[in-house]
Amino acid sequence: MADIRVKFKKIFIYLAIACCNGTGDVLLKRGMDNLGEIHLNHWTHIFNAFVDPWIILGILFLAGFFYSYLTALSWADLTFVLPATAFGYVVTAFLSRVFLHETVSLWRWAGVLLITCGVGLVARGPSLTERHTKDTALGKDAALTKDATLSKDPLLAKDPAISRTKEQHELA
Amino acid sequence: MNSLKLWIAIGMLVLASSAGDVMLSAAMKRIGDLDLIRIEKGLLGVISRVISERLFLLGLCCLIFSFFCLLTALSWGDASLVAPASASLTYICSAIMAKFLLHENVDRRRWLSAALVCVGVLLLVK
Repeated sequence: MADIRVKFKKIFIYLAIACCNGTGDVLLKRGMDNLGEIHLNHWTHIFNAFVDPWIILGILFLAGFFYSYLTALSWADLTFVLPATAFGYVVTAFLSRVFLHETVSLWRWAGVLLITCGVGLVARGPSLTERHTKDTALGKDAALTKDATLSKDPLLAKDPAISRTKEQHELA
Repeated sequence: MNSLKLWIAIGMLVLASSAGDVMLSAAMKRIGDLDLIRIEKGLLGVISRVISERLFLLGLCCLIFSFFCLLTALSWGDASLVAPASASLTYICSAIMAKFLLHENVDRRRWLSAALVCVGVLLLVK
């Protein structure tokens, strides 16, 4: 049961990171198009950006991205979370095709395909990440051993037992 | 000479953003599961807990510095070179840093995916 919850959490946070990142970028681009080009001589013009509804919405999406990114980092490896941020590029490509009517070249679709493969590869990794993050908390040596399950279980099983016997000694 | 300057800026940008990501990751591991904290103390509790972590602030400073490096590099070179080159190098650099500084278990699957993402990002500008 807990396994299903973890899986659901993983998928949800991946989607949140990718969608918020991509959508935020596209919304910013849409807002900046409304604003027109910024000239260096009139750089204060850029503050007009903060009243544009598209840009405010884009900033809100990017804030949501940062929050979900931090949440993901709080229980998963950096190497597990980083590909999800790259998946934002895929969302950007689709949205700019549909929403901004930009042409997306064949090379770009190839890039999108490669990123999707990379993200899928890492995301398919089983709860190994979860176990591994617990390992890093236990110490470097446990993290360096390749088989996370083998190194973790005896350690976790031993620790409470040791402390319990110590308590018993103290009580005695 | 100009291209050397540009690549130095890109190098600093890549190092700063990878270091920032690694620090954020370490800080969040120290703080613990944000979902649980939010259930306990609400969103404001989460924000105050995160902001009071010094490593988080340091990582954020690194990311801000990398953003200024990006702006500098963009003013020296083409956006179509700077943005993808820095983004894809950052994925590789972060994976290396995560392995050696955070002692993450970066297995073959993760190296392969970092490489795929790196090449994919490069292709996006073609």
